[in-house]
Amino acid sequence: MKNIFAVRWGIIVVGAFIGVFAALLQKMGNPGNMGICVACFDRDIAGALGLHRADVVQYMRPEIIGFVLGSLVAAYLFKEFRPRAGSAPIVRFVLGAFAMIGALVFLGCPWRALLRLAGGDGNAILGIAGLIGGIWVGTLFLKGGYNLGRSEKTYASVGWMLPLIMIFFLVLRFIYPPLADKPQSGVLFYSLKGPGSMHAPLAFSLLVGLAVGFLAQRSRFCTMGAFRDLILFRQPHLFTGLLSLLVFAFVTNLILGQFHPGFAKQPVAHTLSAWNFGGMVLAGLAFALAGGCPGRQLFLAGEGDGDAAIFVLGMIVGAGFAHNFGTASSPAGVGPNGIAAVIIGLLVCLFIGFTMRRKMA
Amino acid sequence: MGSVVDARGLSCPQPVLMTLGEIKKLGKGEIEVLVDTDTSKENVSRAAESQGWKVQDIRGEGEGYRIAIRKD
Repeated sequence: MKNIFAVRWGIIVVGAFIGVFAALLQKMGNPGNMGICVACFDRDIAGALGLHRADVVQYMRPEIIGFVLGSLVAAYLFKEFRPRAGSAPIVRFVLGAFAMIGALVFLGCPWRALLRLAGGDGNAILGIAGLIGGIWVGTLFLKGGYNLGRSEKTYASVGWMLPLIMIFFLVLRFIYPPLADKPQSGVLFYSLKGPGSMHAPLAFSLLVGLAVGFLAQRSRFCTMGAFRDLILFRQPHLFTGLLSLLVFAFVTNLILGQFHPGFAKQPVAHTLSAWNFGGMVLAGLAFALAGGCPGRQLFLAGEGDGDAAIFVLGMIVGAGFAHNFGTASSPAGVGPNGIAAVIIGLLVCLFIGFTMRRKMA
Repeated sequence: MGSVVDARGLSCPQPVLMTLGEIKKLGKGEIEVLVDTDTSKENVSRAAESQGWKVQDIRGEGEGYRIAIRKD
């Protein structure tokens, strides 16, 4: 059966859907220019679980749960659920953790970088430039023979692990809903102020998450792949989806009165250009070495890729480190150890890139 | 019979890189590419067509696909 989403207009429709609904999620309560942010939302989940105790960024984000489960449904419906694992899992975990640490220096994943730009935040330009720079370095490694090795077909239960964890998170969210003026509900932590306290209604967040997960699994939407394929093969397919996201989010923001151009006082952002750039160089390189942006890793995990699932867990744990070690930025600027973390992360990525190369003839 | 590229178990963008490498090496002829995901199947087909090669046949094989591409 021909996959209608794997053609040009298919990926444009999916990018448009994500752009429009991200802007709508913001309208419905999500934080500014953060209708969807995979890094921020994984970080909020880490906070909800108490893996870090930054009290402004704690919320069990239903969008993330929806992404994985929507992809799972699409994969089963179209007979694409293929449980596989074993391609350098520990390296993927480390790349996920440093991708998160880099993204939290900038304050956003590639999706949010686009949404920030679509909302008028000029600082996002530096972040996107850094992202492209990091991905470009990644393509040099790929050209030099870098790869993480082959995965193996495995038990269906391996592919089910992350979806089951997400179902568990959703159950926790139902058992322990947010309580008025309470920072904790059962085992879950909730923010009373800051971005963690801002969220669209549960049902809306979850439904949009499921729809995006479904569509992105079909279309293979990937923001890292968009730039990588353009640089590596001059192949614009995924890039058209990314442009579509940007344009439709921008137009929706204009209609909703959410477009506020400028650099200063942008929501959940800082103006330190060098570290907006540097943080995303690290994130972009880590995504390129791991083969997908954080959204794509969630969708891959939903279709049975146990290695992508490890990357996701690496991101969630990385968020714990980022806040516990003071490496995450805030609107006040970079964290006390943010710059050191970016340098260490780049060194780790270079080590991985230089040492994992093998001809796969 | 042309050459065979075995990209099973490899994730993006390895299957495409290997296919393009083989296309560059041979210039023309026939290549069979083995992949194990639908994403790789689509990506390899798209990459081959962008180089002026024709996708002649895609067959399910085991858990994946055998893609035959050709340029005369």
